[in-house]
Amino acid sequence: MALSAVLMVMDHKYRSLETVRATLSMVIYPIQMLVEVPSTVSDWFSESLATRRHLQEENDSLRTKLFMQKVQMQKLSALEAENIRLRELLDSSFEVGEKVLIAELLSVNLDPYQHQILINKGQLDGIYPGQPLLDADGVFGQIVHAGPYTSTAVLITDTSHAIPIQVNRNGLRTIALGSGTINRLDLPYIPNNADVKAGDLLVTSGLGGHFPPGYPVAVVSAVQHDPGRTFSRVAATPLAHLNRSREVLLVWPGKTSILEAVEPPPGEEVPAAGADADARDAAAKSMEVTP
Amino acid sequence: MTLVRHHGGAVILFTFIVALVLTIIPLPEWGRYLRPDWAGLVLIYWCLALPDRVGVSSGWLLGLAVDLLTGSLLGQHAMSMALVAYLTLKFHQRVRLFPIWQQALTVLVLLMLHQLLALWISRMIGRPGVPWFFWAPSLLGMLIWPPVYAALRTLRRGFRVV
Repeated sequence: MALSAVLMVMDHKYRSLETVRATLSMVIYPIQMLVEVPSTVSDWFSESLATRRHLQEENDSLRTKLFMQKVQMQKLSALEAENIRLRELLDSSFEVGEKVLIAELLSVNLDPYQHQILINKGQLDGIYPGQPLLDADGVFGQIVHAGPYTSTAVLITDTSHAIPIQVNRNGLRTIALGSGTINRLDLPYIPNNADVKAGDLLVTSGLGGHFPPGYPVAVVSAVQHDPGRTFSRVAATPLAHLNRSREVLLVWPGKTSILEAVEPPPGEEVPAAGADADARDAAAKSMEVTP
Repeated sequence: MTLVRHHGGAVILFTFIVALVLTIIPLPEWGRYLRPDWAGLVLIYWCLALPDRVGVSSGWLLGLAVDLLTGSLLGQHAMSMALVAYLTLKFHQRVRLFPIWQQALTVLVLLMLHQLLALWISRMIGRPGVPWFFWAPSLLGMLIWPPVYAALRTLRRGFRVV
């Protein structure tokens, strides 16, 4: 009893058990693999039994998609070059490329009251707690526990998660909190007179140092002004397919950006919750100067 | 002290592993909230059947495995499983003689206690409240107790686990 109480307190408060958790996760790795077997087998079957015609169709559609994206990329590289030139004029450094790694979700269910997922990459692939996770459409979440072969990530909609963001249209910085509902984020710190409309794109601001700046997070779905309150009630819909994506992208954020250069860079071993709290303070400060 | 030598430990371990697999096996979205506490049920059975072999420490280790598998706070399930094991051991002689429906009711109480402790801990670390169907797994656990009991008893007798 006492031992488990001590374990819980240590796990919650000090995060000193990461190594213990990582070691113990080796023991349960076979069980996770066992659960994964049926879906791996069915994936393999559906791939190897696919008809030639089906594959050709898929190939065609992929080729078209690739072509379209290549065209878009041409424009992007020009814009990127222009951006770097403009930033050079402002004397600030900007790193465009970030190291990425694709990971696959393991098909296991975790605690249904927490939004967590298990991915098939771990410390051996260089994954560390607090690392951001993206999917094809937006920010997905961040790693909380990194085991040797697998790691657990918390989604941006988990109630314990907060992500520093800014409104893409006007640069207004704030925090998006997880609501516990898979398709909603809450933005509780937006003043009543702030310029936020339904349909606004929210991107990561890079404050807090965990998430790289500029990635899309969510779209504002509803804004409710209540004159009796200091802050208006704003809800947003995450862009990432939090309950559908099978593949996620792990990002090693680049060194500096124009926003982070102002902030003292926090150490990598800072726990996620702490960093988010820092970011919240920072955003609260920045909000005071925002009209 | 029993004079018979223990054997069949592998069978007990096997049932625990099956229970752990069932704990994380993927279910459709609605099913995730109804998943009965397999590990708890199997633990209660073995505590009733072989109280001198499976007890508080096995419960604690099983709970720790559940913690690691489900990503909950390390030690949360370990604590409540140890409590469930302790209570089952305490009352095993009485519960064994109960008719099956009365046993199922006892199981319901034990599983709800297990969930109550989990709820209590999750509120302490600042998680939000839960909907009413949070308790559904315990009720389901009660309903499936008779078949689980029968299956595990067949297994125990078939392999002569003592």
